[in-house]
Amino acid sequence: MNRLLVRGGTVVFSDHCTVCDILIEDGKIVQIAHCIEAEGATVLDASGLHVFPGLIDMHVHLREPGFEYKEDIASGSAAAVRGGFTQVCCMPNTQPVCDNAAVVGYIVARAKEVGLCKVRPIGAITVGEAGERLAEIGKMKQAGAVAISDDGKPVSDARMMRLAMEYASDFAMLCLSHCEDRSLADGGVVNEGYNSTLAGLKGIPRAAEEIMIAREILLAETLGKHVHICHVSTRGGVQLLREAKARGVAVTAETCPHYFTLTDDLILSYDANTKVNPPLREAADVAAIREGLRDGTIDCIVTDHAPHHRDEKMVEYNLAAFGISGLETSFSLSYTALVRAGILTLNELVEKMSANPARILGLEGGSLQEGMCADLMLADLDAEYKIDSKTFVSRGKNTPFNGRFVYGKVKYTIVDGQIKFCDEKN
Amino acid sequence: MLGKDLLGLYDTSAEDILSILDTAVGMKKLLTQNLKKLPHLQGRTVTTLFYENSTRTRCSFELAAKYLGAGTVNVSASSSSVQKGETLIDTGYTLDAMKNDVIVIRHPMGGAPHLLAKHVRASVINAGDGMNEHPTQALLDFYTMREKFGGFQGLKVAILGDIKHSRVAKSNVFGLKKLGAEVCLFAPGTLMPQGVERLGAKVARSREEALAGANVVMGLRIQLERMHGGLFPSLAEYSQYYGVGEDFLRFADKDCIVMHPGPVNRGVEFTSDVIDAPNSKITEQVLNGVAVRMALLFLLIKNRQGGEKNE
Repeated sequence: MNRLLVRGGTVVFSDHCTVCDILIEDGKIVQIAHCIEAEGATVLDASGLHVFPGLIDMHVHLREPGFEYKEDIASGSAAAVRGGFTQVCCMPNTQPVCDNAAVVGYIVARAKEVGLCKVRPIGAITVGEAGERLAEIGKMKQAGAVAISDDGKPVSDARMMRLAMEYASDFAMLCLSHCEDRSLADGGVVNEGYNSTLAGLKGIPRAAEEIMIAREILLAETLGKHVHICHVSTRGGVQLLREAKARGVAVTAETCPHYFTLTDDLILSYDANTKVNPPLREAADVAAIREGLRDGTIDCIVTDHAPHHRDEKMVEYNLAAFGISGLETSFSLSYTALVRAGILTLNELVEKMSANPARILGLEGGSLQEGMCADLMLADLDAEYKIDSKTFVSRGKNTPFNGRFVYGKVKYTIVDGQIKFCDEKN
Repeated sequence: MLGKDLLGLYDTSAEDILSILDTAVGMKKLLTQNLKKLPHLQGRTVTTLFYENSTRTRCSFELAAKYLGAGTVNVSASSSSVQKGETLIDTGYTLDAMKNDVIVIRHPMGGAPHLLAKHVRASVINAGDGMNEHPTQALLDFYTMREKFGGFQGLKVAILGDIKHSRVAKSNVFGLKKLGAEVCLFAPGTLMPQGVERLGAKVARSREEALAGANVVMGLRIQLERMHGGLFPSLAEYSQYYGVGEDFLRFADKDCIVMHPGPVNRGVEFTSDVIDAPNSKITEQVLNGVAVRMALLFLLIKNRQGGEKNE
């Protein structure tokens, strides 16, 4: 029998934190109690560390198949466990697009071979993410897909989105909507406002995002279906969601660390590592995102991990690829900017980074309870360190956070009772 | 002090702007005396790297360099390895390896000169990058204004036209605010960028308001592609509601000058009687452009010589 005893850590539950031991047998949590005696168990000394449920990221890009030069399932999984994630959901904009059971099956099989974190594929809403006809949602689910999204290529046609919400709900598959009105975004590369004018870069108005958030809310409301809004970045978007939730619409939402830590002042450097979609916005938006996280309007923190090759960022700003490599910085950034700043409690942070994603997508994990899968993350919250993209195990070193000091270092990541990551300096 | 590059007037001090204008006075004197084989930059090389078509700016830089005795090379995107997919940074490394002293770059995308400057030892001059800046055009505009009015304090400058896509307007606003002038902008709503008030410019709601008491009336070229993109319905409508003819010029100061970075669409931004009037400085601007670019090349290369000795 394979037994692991996590001893003496401060365990973060949904509503409190307390020092206790966790005994794991055969990949399951069998006991959570003070001073457990377990003969023959491997002991992991967690004193001084906090023990979290394994983090779950419901929005990443692992790039395989097709763009392995940016990232693959092996390097992306390694980045995930280094970041404290035990489960990640990967978006379907691969080559070929993950719009059928065969590609879903490939990703599931490849992730099992790699054997680091749990990888849950997200299928495309439409064939080829072309927005024209529904992909085989039932078959994809059977092959292991956990949700559907045309992330990166928003479903422009409102009727198509309506059909997707209606049809997918038969299979209990949630639509994750990348909200961007392409005609309004019109080839823009940064937030439209003072800084876009200052930098002479084409702006994307907030309305490009908000119009589609409003559309999805109205569709969900009209149809009585659940919709999930990806990477919310604007104050208006937060307000639309807050109002929708208040009147009972089944809508959930996520945001990313860069939307509650960075403003578009950064674009004035023309550093393409600041180029992301939706774009970095202004201070008032950052404040609104933080408030949305605090008051529960925004349910989840995701990374939108978008690794790119350095060549795709070492070009003119307009030509650079959109995206930030985020798996290895998300926990520290969120802990530092939200918990240490007094916006969220540690328990609320766990909700946003583990419990809520699990609940929204119906995934295992998300909390520490006897009988549940032993997906854990151990972190040293007082450890301060400097983010250095050279240390990333992701192939994507594209981050605007290089050189930033953060708190909260991931020390161990345990998946189904197996230690999959251990910070070398231990 | 002026640094290695001139990327924009946003980060150029008033002092540096004035020192370029002062140096240009002497250069213009030499030009008007038809002294065009000067020794200042002998043994130096200036390369123009243009990713966009241009006649006057490129010609102006090339002649400015030649008049000062520098060697010049012209690279255009259409006939170079750019067509083969070479990146801007690699093109920069190549030009640098050939020991260029100055690279003058025009590029359709904002920030391209900044990217190039980070990767080359040569001095980089921005000759227009997308919607961002066109600092040497603004400098020659300032030269023209100062020549007429003697200074900038309290000078009222009206800029009319496609402000949104205009790097000329941006560089003018950045520089003129530092020099103490007032800038008033007027454009159709579709051609006015966000946040210009925060740049320190006033946004007028009518031609009358923009022109009221203006000492300088500057028009900006309207590009046909903007009309095709639906930003305004027709040239005829544009000229009727946004163009400037003699009838509107009377709102400006009696002693005003008319300027335009060119090339002009006659009958669109300005009517021909405005373009050809005695107070029009449009042709004079072109001559001043050569003088200002001579001054800039001279100062940047002089800086480099100081720096190179220390290496």
